[in-house]
Amino acid sequence: MKRDLITPQDFTVEELDHLFDLADDIREHPAKYAHACEGKKMATCFFEPSTRTRLSHETAMLNLGGRTMGFPDAGVSSATKGETVADTARVISCFADIMVIRHPREGAAMVAAQYASIPVINAGDGGHQHPTQTLTDLLTIRSLQGHLDHFTIGLCGDLKFGRTVHSLINALVRYPDVHFVFISPPELKVPDYITDKLDELGIPYEEHVRLEDAISKLDILYMTRIQKERFFNEDDYVRLKNFYILDAEKMKLAKKDCYVLHPLPRVNEIAAEVDSDPRAAYFRQVQYGVYVRMALILTLLNIHID
Amino acid sequence: MKTAAFSASASGYRKEQYMLNVGKIEEGFVLDHIKAGNAMKIYHYLGLDKLDCTVAIIKNARSNAMGKKDILKVECDINTLNLDVLAFIDRSITINVIKSGQIVEKRKVSLPKEIRGIIRCQNPRCITSVEPSLPHIFYLADEKKEIYRCRYCDERYEANDSGEL
Repeated sequence: MKRDLITPQDFTVEELDHLFDLADDIREHPAKYAHACEGKKMATCFFEPSTRTRLSHETAMLNLGGRTMGFPDAGVSSATKGETVADTARVISCFADIMVIRHPREGAAMVAAQYASIPVINAGDGGHQHPTQTLTDLLTIRSLQGHLDHFTIGLCGDLKFGRTVHSLINALVRYPDVHFVFISPPELKVPDYITDKLDELGIPYEEHVRLEDAISKLDILYMTRIQKERFFNEDDYVRLKNFYILDAEKMKLAKKDCYVLHPLPRVNEIAAEVDSDPRAAYFRQVQYGVYVRMALILTLLNIHID
Repeated sequence: MKTAAFSASASGYRKEQYMLNVGKIEEGFVLDHIKAGNAMKIYHYLGLDKLDCTVAIIKNARSNAMGKKDILKVECDINTLNLDVLAFIDRSITINVIKSGQIVEKRKVSLPKEIRGIIRCQNPRCITSVEPSLPHIFYLADEKKEIYRCRYCDERYEANDSGEL
């Protein structure tokens, strides 16, 4: 039976451990996997543009010796002719061995997975899920600090609309003793349904407005961008866009081993001067994204390398 | 106005004879304790308009417990209909299964794990908003709080969404 990745919860914690072990092995022995996907084709179907995510998947497939094809935005697909996601999925199944889909509509990847006969990877469905980013975040945290349990993570910025934040919280609640610190302006607080879930699970969390009040207790600081496209009112965006700027001064308050992550792209929420700080891990995070996607492709294609 | 006559049955269940302007049911079921005003909604949800059997709709019947209530009497095999959605519409409903003119079983309704093709997702960003051929499916996300979410986008269904199909 084929497998897909539509939400991070599609994999159990044990399966994620295997996936991350495989990603670690790929990182340490890339040559071993250089021909693992020879003869396999990956279709990247991007109904909305996303250079970074698309290239990360394509790089992952190329690193495995496979080939890629696809389209970078809906304008060059049959969607402009009114083709449904279900039909696109059925057609792509005749061409490729695995399909990566990004779509502006929430739930589109799930529909694709239902109708495709090949594994489907959700590379983002509107503001809903972005599971490969979550896998990237988890692998990065695990690689940097050696474990995914018993630590304090601060999530800072747009916690209301940021799907990567919601996805990451949902993934981390499955690990023991993870303490959450939410840092956001009151208008962009983490939604009630998430704090309700944390309450229900008995997982502790704190909420702060000022980053300075919380940064010293964090093992991981996950920064996010205030997303202009989520605001109906330009004034609200202008008022909030500079709310958090992580700079060298604030980094002085952080622990010596507090790593800074960011799903990128950043605008101005992390000052360029922080890039040279050894705790700035957001570009390494991009590299981990390739490793975890390589591991994911191998897992979904059921390819095993001894 | 509805009147009812009661007598004890051999099976131990109370026999109810619904004596309005319709004859009593021999084989079928009665949906009792429907919140007044909901009968027509349920009639359509269950697709009773498409059935060839006898259906009686009783509105605003007197009820000691509820003040007034609706009742639906349907003369067909209960197993041919999917009644799971009833609890979603109205938790107070009881189902009386009738065989040989007697109530042989009383069922309480419980919330279905999934609701398919009954309510519509109101999230304009959901894939179902642009692809009308997709079935609208909701799952029971929180039984205690009676929260349903869209299977595709996880948007919470709000009762006042008027998102009925």
